[in-house]
Amino acid sequence: MDYFSEGLARAVALLLALDPETFSAVWATGMVTVLALAASLLLGVPLGFGLGYFRFPGRRAARLFVDWMLSLPTVVIGLIVYAFLTSRGPLGEWGLLFTVPGMAIGLTLLGLPIIIAMTATAVESTDTRLTQTVLSLGADRWQLLLATLMEARFAMALAAATAFGRVVSEVGIAMMVGGNIKWQTRTITTAIALETGKGEFATGIALGIVLMLVALVVNLLVGLLRGRSNGAGGGAGIGGGL
Amino acid sequence: MRKLTIILTLLAALACAGTVLAAETILVGTTTSTADTGLLDALVPKILKDTGLEMRWIAVGTGKALEHGKNCDVDILMVHAPAAEKKFVAEGHGVSRMEFMFNDFVLVGPVKDPARIKGKGVADSLKAIIAAKAPFASRGDDSGTHKAEQALWKGAGLALPDKESWYIGVGQGMLVTLGLAAERGAYSLTDRGTWIAYDAKHHGHSGLAILSEGDVALRNQYSIILLPPKCSKIKHEAAKKLQAWFLSAAGQQAIADFKLEGKSLFTPNAAK
Repeated sequence: MDYFSEGLARAVALLLALDPETFSAVWATGMVTVLALAASLLLGVPLGFGLGYFRFPGRRAARLFVDWMLSLPTVVIGLIVYAFLTSRGPLGEWGLLFTVPGMAIGLTLLGLPIIIAMTATAVESTDTRLTQTVLSLGADRWQLLLATLMEARFAMALAAATAFGRVVSEVGIAMMVGGNIKWQTRTITTAIALETGKGEFATGIALGIVLMLVALVVNLLVGLLRGRSNGAGGGAGIGGGL
Repeated sequence: MRKLTIILTLLAALACAGTVLAAETILVGTTTSTADTGLLDALVPKILKDTGLEMRWIAVGTGKALEHGKNCDVDILMVHAPAAEKKFVAEGHGVSRMEFMFNDFVLVGPVKDPARIKGKGVADSLKAIIAAKAPFASRGDDSGTHKAEQALWKGAGLALPDKESWYIGVGQGMLVTLGLAAERGAYSLTDRGTWIAYDAKHHGHSGLAILSEGDVALRNQYSIILLPPKCSKIKHEAAKKLQAWFLSAAGQQAIADFKLEGKSLFTPNAAK
């Protein structure tokens, strides 16, 4: 039981002392998370929209595939990405193994199915009358996409929050592709794994608390943005966008 | 489009950042024991001062470390599995394998020592454990320590225990295995570093104690291996410099000076 009180005390100490190792891990975690989330959203939102909006042959199979990929174990993603990025792998020339961008690629593969699946579901459940209204107002395809996403923005925010939670707390991919290199690719989660392996359970818990605090700050910021858009946006969201 | 450009620029900047900053870095593929004990952390400043190299490492199981070397993903290897290493070099994946230090395994067990192994050699101890059917906690995870334990049973001319009721295959790390041994009153084989850390954490009152140590069969030899020229993109010159440092008088002294809880852990033994 001492681990928790000791861990809490140490978490406060690490943060107050601006411990460079801890902040290096927070920085690495932040960088990979931002890169992986940005890539997941850039690729996943259009794909999810297409999957949820258009009726095309093979759509159900594609949907099944995306839902299936939600269960892909992170260690397997790590192994696959390693196989591609190793010096002797097909993408070895890029020199991305054991780097932050390399980890971000692996974590994008983790976040992407979540964004695609949840975007598709959100788009499927928007009111079909929206489409008719928007098209009758003379909107083109891109404006229709934006209008639909605007309408589904809260479901999208949930998708982003879910992907964020998965990516920021991931350890298998970060370990396999990042290599847990001190000052470079050591994230908070791989640092926790390392400290636990060393038997420093209290330090592990302290780092866990640090991770939860970082996540809390991010969620508060998102909540703040959402609160603003609720107040200012309302009906203006769609109309103003067009 | 602009977002994409920004992200790509960021990616490129990040990829470069590691190489541009400060001194030349060298990436060592090594096993968890060298990193978890804090040895590498203690050596980093000395290596930087003597060679100008900034040492970084990937600490994984021996099997995975050799795989990283095989794929030219690290600059140099520092591992402890002599048989596997010799095969690795013979297959052309490594060159210039140099032994440079060792630590050792110890047999620990309940202070009461029901099988009466205290002070015996390893082979006799294991025979006594089998005869007494005393519980034995094994790593059971195919780690370096697990392999060493299996070699000890074989070396003593005994059949490898497996399904015997007194033989516990834990399948987890050394600390978890020691904790389980303490709870069950079992014997176990551990590396000395983990034992010192475990014992210090329990202030010597874990209920376990070292019962057999010092046998030559318990020695755990570490080597430092260079990778062949076919690994075209790695830092060969820096790797040679680092290997030379570990074999030098300064490097050997630095290893001897490293202590955990006031106790020496690794014994330097580079060939003179």
